[in-house]
This record gives sequence, C-alpha cells and structure tokens, in this order.
Amino acid sequence: MQQNQHWQPTASIDTLAKRAAIIQAIRDFFFKRGVMEVETPVLGKSTTTDLHIESLITECYCPGERDKQKQFLQTSPEFPMKRLLAAGSGPIFQIGKAFRQDPTGRWHNPEFTLLEWYRPGFDDITLMDEVDTLLQVILSAKPAKHLSYQAVFMSTLGICPFSATLEELKKTLIQASIHVNFNLDEIDRDLYLQLLMSHLIEPGLGQSEPLFIYDYPLSQGGFAKVKPHNPAITARFEVYIKGIELANGYHEITNADEQQKRFEIDNDRRREAGFETIPLDENLLAALRSGFPDCSGVALGIDRLIMLALKKTSISEVMAFSMQPNNVHTVQ
Amino acid sequence: MANYSTNQFKAGLKIMLDGDPYVIVEKESVKPGKGQAFDRVKLRNLKNSRVIERTFKSGESVEGADVVDVEMQYLYSDGTLWHFMVQDNFEQHAADAAAMGDSHIWLKGEDICIVTLYNGQPLHVDPPIFVELKIVETDPGLKGDTVSGGTKPATLETGAVVQVPLFVQRDEIIKIDTRTAKYVSRVKS
Repeated sequence: MQQNQHWQPTASIDTLAKRAAIIQAIRDFFFKRGVMEVETPVLGKSTTTDLHIESLITECYCPGERDKQKQFLQTSPEFPMKRLLAAGSGPIFQIGKAFRQDPTGRWHNPEFTLLEWYRPGFDDITLMDEVDTLLQVILSAKPAKHLSYQAVFMSTLGICPFSATLEELKKTLIQASIHVNFNLDEIDRDLYLQLLMSHLIEPGLGQSEPLFIYDYPLSQGGFAKVKPHNPAITARFEVYIKGIELANGYHEITNADEQQKRFEIDNDRRREAGFETIPLDENLLAALRSGFPDCSGVALGIDRLIMLALKKTSISEVMAFSMQPNNVHTVQ
Repeated sequence: MANYSTNQFKAGLKIMLDGDPYVIVEKESVKPGKGQAFDRVKLRNLKNSRVIERTFKSGESVEGADVVDVEMQYLYSDGTLWHFMVQDNFEQHAADAAAMGDSHIWLKGEDICIVTLYNGQPLHVDPPIFVELKIVETDPGLKGDTVSGGTKPATLETGAVVQVPLFVQRDEIIKIDTRTAKYVSRVKS
C-alpha cells in the first residue's frame, strides 16, 4: 500500500515560523504608526463588481429570512473597511483571508491572505511612500522606483497605451511572437493592453528594486479617483517586485454617485460578457453619502510578500496547506 | 471527445489545436494586476514533435484529442507498413513510415513497442528502451583490448549502425539503449 503523503504541509515548519515573524513585524509597523487593526466579515450580500474577479459563493441563514441567503466570500475587505472609515475609524489596517476564483498556480491560490490598509488624508503619492517604507522594513528592499502606466509602455514597447491604434497594438503583440487562442480582431483595447502588460512588460518589472506603476487608464481604474488634470487617468497604483504584482492601491472615490456609476459600468460589462451582475452594496453607497474622508487605500498580497522575503518560487511554499501541491507547475 | 477547460490543463493532457493533436508540456497562469487572466501554455505537436507556445483566456475550453498509448507486439513489415498486434485482444494495427520515424531500425520481430493511436490510427511508435541485437558486420578489433576506450562502427541484424568498443566482435549480441542509440553492454549468449 502506498502511503498517503498529501497530508503533509506545503510549507516547512521553519518557513511557517519565519512567516509568523514577518506578519508580526507588519503588525508592529502599523501599531507604531497609530494605524488600528480591524476585522470585518468574510461573508457579504454584495461583492466586487470587477469583471475579472469571480467571487466564491456560499449560503447562510440570515436573521429574518426563511430560506438560506446567497453570500459572497469577500475578494477583499474593501467595502466594510470603507464603512468603518465613514463611521470615523481613522487609519485602519486588516490582515485576513480573501477569496478569488483565480486559476491556481505559482502565484495564485483561491484563498489567500491579504493586508489592506486605509489612510485618511493621504493621496496616492503619500500612500505609495508608505508602501515603499513597509517594503524596505520587511524585505530590506532598496527604495522603490516609479513609472507611470504610459511611461512603462513607452519605455518597454515604444508605444503609447492611450494613443496607439488597435492595429499598432496588434502588431506589437505579433512581433513579440505572442500567439493567442482567440481572434485578435474581436478584442478591445483593454484586452490588448492586458495581454501586452502580462506577457511583455510585467515579467521584467522591479528586478533590482520595487517598482510602482501609477496613473492607470480610467477603464482599468477600479475604484480610484480620476485625476483632476486628466479625466482619462485614475489615481490607481500597483507595485511590482521581480515581475510579481504585489499590491494595488487607490486614491479612493469619495463621491457616492461616482462610485455608483463605476459599479454600474462594471455591471454593464458583466452583462455584455454574459456574466451574472452583482447586487450593488447599498450600505457602502449610504456610507459614502453620509460623508467619507478623503483617503487612500491599498491591498497587498501577504503570501507573495512572504514568498519574496524568503526567496521562494511559489506561494504554496509559504502557505501551510495550499490547494496546489508544490512542484506540479512545470512537470515535463 | 471531451472538452477541457484551461482549469484542467496540466502536463500530459492531450488536446486538439488547429486540427492537430498536441500534448501540454507546461502551463503558467498570468494575470495583470486587475484584468483578464491568461494561461500561457507550451504544447508539443504529436505529429511533428514541434513545441509551440499559445495563450488562452482562463476558463476557455478546447477539444480533447483522442490519443492513447497502447502496448503492442511488432509482427512484421511488408515494405511500406509495419504491423503490430495488441496481445490482449489480437487487434492489429499498421503504422506507416511517418509514424515509424526511425523506430524501425531497432525492431526485428516480437518486440514490445508503445504505439500512440490518434483516432484509432498509429501516430507514433516507440521501440523498447533496450533492445538486444546481433552484430552482422564490424572490423575485427583487438581481442582483449578492454581498456583503450576506442570505438568502431558495427552493423546490426536490423541494419542499424552503432558505435561499439573495439573488443566487440561479429556475431556477438549486444544491448543498446534506443533513446540514445548507444551501446550498453555485451549480452552473454
């Protein structure tokens, strides 16, 4: 009889001890800066409307209801944390589980640990500085570099993501020998940009020091404010280390109507793609209407951070039990 | 044939692409910060062994390829086709020159081969990893020279030519690794 070895953790006990120390160091970082730790529900009646994020769903008997109600496992604690901000919490952070129906792989697991924090009074630039400091403390990283979304396309591929024609974007892709299994003539600008970004730009980003990419196009702006000088650009940023996307941040929308409009645009995209639409989070919209502080927030993948800190090559090596066992990613 | 979602992709899975059967060699999921997730997949064409790279949108489905590996015994060649038999059910299959490739140079009859069937037709034939064949021609070497390390060509009973150590003589049976086409040892008869 072959013994079942699958019960074994995917991370070594030694790695888990180092993981615990890193998480403690993160807590200390925020405690010293007067940022309060909070915990918000993992279950919610609503969830992100993002076309490319699929939420996991469960059911729960909720007070006053005869039947079990559909509940989404949260893809990030963004909405309830924003309600705390509207209620006057001041700066807050959370370290907790988030759930996304992403393809499992070297850098993805359907459940993962997310660090999310919000800073009233900070804009995207001030918050990028704080992320930079955190990375220097936790990873002993060199001070970060910064490039706008437009600049990174220009410097890597020599094309402008805003003004290049679809034909030019297609030519760039084909010249780089990227072959896709779908019809390029049927895809939109965003999909072209995402193909170029994920295949040709991201792998080279942040090789010697963390790299912030900022000022994303509105169509990829998530829930970031538009920039006052250019309504085609949003105050969204990402940080990359060694080709790995580590964190995503926004100078947050404070206006309820603007937030509602973003939700509705997302739901229109979902409808077009044949996906289920998401019920709008009315509690979040009401919280924004009640008065919401000007603030910035960022979500950072803790498993990826620990993977980088411990020089591992997959997040399964730093998670006690990942869904995908180690070393199955590239079997010959 | 069943359809497979990119979620089921893993090394070894056989799928149809542009009308040809392919086997997946490697898969990597990529996703730009926010946005569409893609699967970058390396695949080997089972007809010509060429390796290509292809990007799929995560969640896309593709048709599986009707490809199976079956153990069969080599029977004989009629000059254009090589005939094989499944020993369990006596089912016979004939492989053409394209499917045989170079494999035929190791076969003398009754050898157990792995025949890859695509839609029921032989697509590829793997000879046994080790074969034992008689030398029919080689220069007389220095008997007793087991140390000098030199080699000479030897023609085998199937027509294959391999390099053998100088001390190996005509009419001897030798063992060959067909993956590398290299001499392994003499076989005591």
